[in-house]
Amino acid sequence: MVDAAHDQVDFIPPAEVAEMELYHPKSWLTKYVFSQDAKVIAIQYSFTALAIGMVALVLSWMMRLQLGFPETFSFIEAEDYYQFITMHGMIMVIYLLTALFLGGFGNYLIPLMVGARDMVFPYVNMLSYWIYLVAVLVLLASFFVPGGPTGAGWTLYPPQAILPGTPGAEGGIVLMLVSLALFIVGFTMGGLNYVVTVLQARTRGMSLMRMPLTIWGIFMATVLALLAFPALFVGAVMMTLDSLLGTSFFMPAISQFGEQLEYDGGSPILFQHLFWFFGHPEVYIVALPAFGIVSDLISVHARRHVFGYRMMVWAIVIIGLLSFIVWAHHMYVSGMNPWFGFFFATTTLIIAVPTALKVYNWVLTLWRGNIQFTVPMLFALGFIVTFVNGGITGLFLGNVVVDVPLSDTMFVVAHFHMVMGVAPILVVFGAIYHWYPKMTGRLMNVAMGKVHFWITFVGAYAIFLPLHYLGFLGVPRRYYEMGDTGFIPASAQDLNAFITVIVLIVGAAQLLFLFNLGWSMINGKKSGPNPWRATSLEWQTETTPPGHGNFGPTLPVVYRWAYAFGMPDATEDYVPQNLPPDQLTSDYDNSKVSEATPQAAE
Amino acid sequence: MEKPWLTDESSVVELRAGRAFALPQEKLGLRVFLAVVMVVFSLMTAAYVERKVFADWHSVPLPWLLWLNTVILIFGSIAMHRAWTSARRGQIDGVRPWLNAGGYFVFAFLAGQLLVWRELVASGYYVAGDPANSFFYMLTAAHGVHLIGGLVAWGRTVAKIRRGESLDRVAISVELCTIYWHFLLLIWLAVFALMLLT
Repeated sequence: MVDAAHDQVDFIPPAEVAEMELYHPKSWLTKYVFSQDAKVIAIQYSFTALAIGMVALVLSWMMRLQLGFPETFSFIEAEDYYQFITMHGMIMVIYLLTALFLGGFGNYLIPLMVGARDMVFPYVNMLSYWIYLVAVLVLLASFFVPGGPTGAGWTLYPPQAILPGTPGAEGGIVLMLVSLALFIVGFTMGGLNYVVTVLQARTRGMSLMRMPLTIWGIFMATVLALLAFPALFVGAVMMTLDSLLGTSFFMPAISQFGEQLEYDGGSPILFQHLFWFFGHPEVYIVALPAFGIVSDLISVHARRHVFGYRMMVWAIVIIGLLSFIVWAHHMYVSGMNPWFGFFFATTTLIIAVPTALKVYNWVLTLWRGNIQFTVPMLFALGFIVTFVNGGITGLFLGNVVVDVPLSDTMFVVAHFHMVMGVAPILVVFGAIYHWYPKMTGRLMNVAMGKVHFWITFVGAYAIFLPLHYLGFLGVPRRYYEMGDTGFIPASAQDLNAFITVIVLIVGAAQLLFLFNLGWSMINGKKSGPNPWRATSLEWQTETTPPGHGNFGPTLPVVYRWAYAFGMPDATEDYVPQNLPPDQLTSDYDNSKVSEATPQAAE
Repeated sequence: MEKPWLTDESSVVELRAGRAFALPQEKLGLRVFLAVVMVVFSLMTAAYVERKVFADWHSVPLPWLLWLNTVILIFGSIAMHRAWTSARRGQIDGVRPWLNAGGYFVFAFLAGQLLVWRELVASGYYVAGDPANSFFYMLTAAHGVHLIGGLVAWGRTVAKIRRGESLDRVAISVELCTIYWHFLLLIWLAVFALMLLT
């Protein structure tokens, strides 16, 4: 289609996208606090997400303490336990992973990787963060209201979620629902930015099929989130009305303690449909950015182009579309028409096809690559293994006959932690180790990084493999303690204690990571602009960290895809996307630390 | 098709790249936002229809005032459209009165909806009385909230014109308001028709 243009650089098309008018901050406050710069917003998002994620991490320690050593800790009552599991789940899925992948990495990487000066609507982008922060604060506030936060389970199923007897029914549940609604409003503002920036603000030569897969993953995840979060929003609004005004959207005629309640005529199943119409795409909202990022990490650190780039793009798109028609596989035990179950089991199996394609392509990218066992690479490899593991148990659970006996057991907990807990969080870590030098100008400490990786990776297996086994035994999830359960052998408790010990060790490794984040900011080795000798545009910026407006006086022009590694004619084993074809044999290596490059924290 | 993994095709100056749609950013942004709003209303009406099929459904009697409100909202859309037509023709004097009218009609519509609510409450149809009532109040409220959001954008556009900004800076705002007005009119017609069909 464009075959006439090979290597022809004497004509560069004029810029289609006009230079945007950047907002130039005038005070410290508008530069670092109420900033409209996507990079600052990204860092604000990331720190807020990591901070609330720490809360969720501590909650997981608390619930593991209870499960491993029941009747030991007087400060963990049954109500507390339910609150811990609920808040842990909701925070990890929405306030940590979604916010970090889209608000954090999305904001930082989209403008830099597509060659834009900033997001297209910077003011709306800023609002997005501040509404997210309010949502987080409202959520935290629920810890301090009478009755505490909600303990309805992260799925918040009515009618129990808003009835007395469930912890937090007094106020915690309303704060949770309001916080979710706020989160969705804030996210929508950010999401508009991510979508329109990717579609409309790419630099010259950055065609859609030249975008790094990171951007494809984040873009598609944003589309999914924009279309799926409304379901949670509608559900949250309707349940808030049920709770505050006494409407009966989700509340059937119900009696409690022998007393007939005012509610009548609502449908609890309706909430489940709304929740999972959001909830299943949410898995891919978290997974697709991880898919994209991991593709780039593997390619850069194996010095080889991504195998089957175009197939990878289409797989991302197809997975995104399919994820909207599998939601009811979370509801087999709610009862449904068998044909309905058949349909959803089939679509669930089909979605494994594009997913498996991606896994094959990652492996084929590694095949005969020049694999560098850097810290980001270790995390990327860890992701492939844990993701395959968690994905395969998903195929079993997607079948009605297997799901019904295993539903609500620890097997399900182990499955989804592997596939959407451990796997994406490994990518988060890998991505932070990878892009940290761009954000700070310094590399993170490698020794600490490797300790962090091995404890997290091996620890994740030590935690979740036994959990699968407990699930087979029939250990139910969401139980405060087992008591005398005849069909579960007493030795199951020993396994539980073992898991708890590992959880605490893995938890400590995360503290090491946080320490490394701060320590390397001051003591890390100077990285130069391009320590990984990568090709994509964010590594070619004039300054490191990139300044306001990202690039120099002119925006880069892109001549090739982001995976030009090992080209025979070039001097180096990598060719930046913006290197003109007639300079392939020149000395273009920008990976060294030079005095001319301003560094952070000098 | 470009095959960048082949050496001789590894660098190609892609002439068409830059933007995917020949639209201003604001307009594409609005369209994406409207898609999100569309999903919200689709899910609410889907829930409404799902509940309606059961035998114990007691419809809310729809006051005649709703018809009047509908007409007012249609007038609002027409006025907005006139404002936009004037903006396209470059007549700032034509924009001002029609833009104002478009906003005032929406204020009138919202007042009318409040009257409808009062009338229903007076005849004993409370929010929590019956799922049908709940759905009626929720759908009308959701639509009203979106209109209020539109009025904020409208107010900013009116202020821009007051400040005497040039027409080519204001025209896009007028156009976005017009698209939004038409969209919310369609949403209202769909919601109203759905309630009439009960």
